Amino acid sequence: MLKSHHLVMALAAGTLVLGGCRSRAPEELPPTPVPPSTAPGTGVGTGTGGAAQPGTQAHFEQTVGGQTVIYFDTDRYNIDSADQAALQAQAQYLRQFPNVTVTIEGHADERGTREYNLALGERRANAARNYLVGLGIADSRIRTVSYGKERPVALGSTEAAWAQNRRAVTVVIN
Amino acid sequence: MMKALGKAALLLSAALTLPVLAQAQDLGQRLPPEGGVDRVPVQGSSSPQADGLTFTVTDENEWQDLSIAIPAFATDRDQPTPANAQGTAALGRAIGQVIYNNLRNNGLFRPVGPDALPQTGFAQVTAPTYSVWSARGNEMLLQGFVRAGADNRLTIGCYLYDVALRQEVAREGWVVQPGEWRRAAHKCADLVYSRLTGENPFFDSRIAYIAETGPKDNRVKRLAIMDSDGANHRFITNGRSTALTPRFSPDYSKLLYLSYVDGNPRIYVYDVGTGTQRLVVENRNPTIAPRWSPDGRYIMFSMAVAGNTDIYRVPAAGGPVERLTDAPGIDVGGSYSPDGRSIVFESDRSGSQQIYIMNADGSNQRRISFHGGRAATPEWSPRGDQIAFTHIAGNFRIATMTPDGRNLRHLTNSWQDEAPTWSPNGRIIQFFRTERGSGRTALWQVDLTGRNERQLPTPVDGSDPAWGPILP
Repeated sequence: MLKSHHLVMALAAGTLVLGGCRSRAPEELPPTPVPPSTAPGTGVGTGTGGAAQPGTQAHFEQTVGGQTVIYFDTDRYNIDSADQAALQAQAQYLRQFPNVTVTIEGHADERGTREYNLALGERRANAARNYLVGLGIADSRIRTVSYGKERPVALGSTEAAWAQNRRAVTVVIN
Repeated sequence: MMKALGKAALLLSAALTLPVLAQAQDLGQRLPPEGGVDRVPVQGSSSPQADGLTFTVTDENEWQDLSIAIPAFATDRDQPTPANAQGTAALGRAIGQVIYNNLRNNGLFRPVGPDALPQTGFAQVTAPTYSVWSARGNEMLLQGFVRAGADNRLTIGCYLYDVALRQEVAREGWVVQPGEWRRAAHKCADLVYSRLTGENPFFDSRIAYIAETGPKDNRVKRLAIMDSDGANHRFITNGRSTALTPRFSPDYSKLLYLSYVDGNPRIYVYDVGTGTQRLVVENRNPTIAPRWSPDGRYIMFSMAVAGNTDIYRVPAAGGPVERLTDAPGIDVGGSYSPDGRSIVFESDRSGSQQIYIMNADGSNQRRISFHGGRAATPEWSPRGDQIAFTHIAGNFRIATMTPDGRNLRHLTNSWQDEAPTWSPNGRIIQFFRTERGSGRTALWQVDLTGRNERQLPTPVDGSDPAWGPILP
């Protein structure tokens, strides 16, 4: 009795929070259920030439034409048209293989403070997740994790490197 | 009852329905127990005692030039001690060296150490030969003794004299276990510093930080602790998973930090005495940026729910989670005022990272940083009069302001300095510096004058320093 009361309040509070920052609210609130860590930490790499097994990261990358990563402007987390195309390809794959679950890893560049970047990475991963949910993918199939600025892929200290590091990477959970 | 639940506790009810996460571990050996430092009376000197703070100099420049002789501490009888393989005489020299290094490395006074001075005899500790020191041009004399007891415990006496006035300025004595002789040396350095500057002590304290190794795209980040001078360095975690942003509890019995040990960023509280840890919040949301309230009763932290990060607090002993901010932007980090009544934190609700203050219950939130650029990682001084932060306008610089947002002062100017932490007395700020390109990190400190900037000695690279209070 009390509990259901709280749930209603939690839903209302969650919706209010989200309403302030994104127009595309996910269907269910609050929090993403997070399965215990089974995912490999890496989201980078390119598919090999051969025929990969469906449901693997290599197969996913092959099928979406390498569009497993979306990129963001400094301190931003909006989904632009290039991101939309990538996420639509990802959504199509997830519809085709309904048993596949994914982790979206949110990252930031090194030119930010550590804790803010952790929050920013989470916001980016969640923006990508919300978009996939908006395309009809069940949110129970999508886990998010932020690595802030802790896991760069481009190692320089240049605008070009930072642009590559401001990213959200979709990784198939095996 | 219902009122308490109104704004708060919503997430807790959600958390209760979830299974408790298996507690993964990445912890090293438990630290050995400590005996502490007992203050004991020591024999007075034959010199007249100064009354009151005769030597407190108000203008910083005057005491900065004070020449202090610090000869090796004398021993009544050179004998074996677990504290030093060469016996108590060598230990006395090491004690003088620790005090000398403390003062020299922090740009305090003009100290002269044991290696450049004649040895003081045990009898002279309480009856200094002033002519020797005045002939050398020393204005102050710090000397003392070390004596090993039958139970191996050490008694260490510390005496400060004014050479020109031929007066005793201060004396104190401590009894310590042999493994903790450095604490007595730090207390002696603190006695000198406090007595001559009128400031509160800071040497007898510890630093928690993140030890970093490995290439930029595969950094290993381990929780580590050390004394304020870098001694007694110990790793707490093994490095299997990334550890970040530690904070000592006010009584040093616990450490809060972030770990990816279960694959997600979550905050843990590590118990120094038992060598075990637990999740602060049993909840599937990512939790970051843990902080203690000044009385240690609350843990403030940041949590992302559906992508949006806000600031929360929970009783350290467990209890309902209370939400403090609910802005649509990122609200993160924060630091309590020393009286525990206010919290300074950062938020990008205006469009970029800026610094805000609120009451400890989350009410009356207002922006205080209007300096151009971005302002991040605010830390309230233990004195309450300043807030240190990272000012991002081109370079990342350590800066201070008063709690009303005025009196901006930049203390550093490097490519990327961030995450300031205060010395226990609010006179020195440590931070970490990242090298452009390589991504290598190092701990640095600067005093409030901005003149005394130096890198701290750490065995490997370091980030996220957190300076604890004076040890209990």
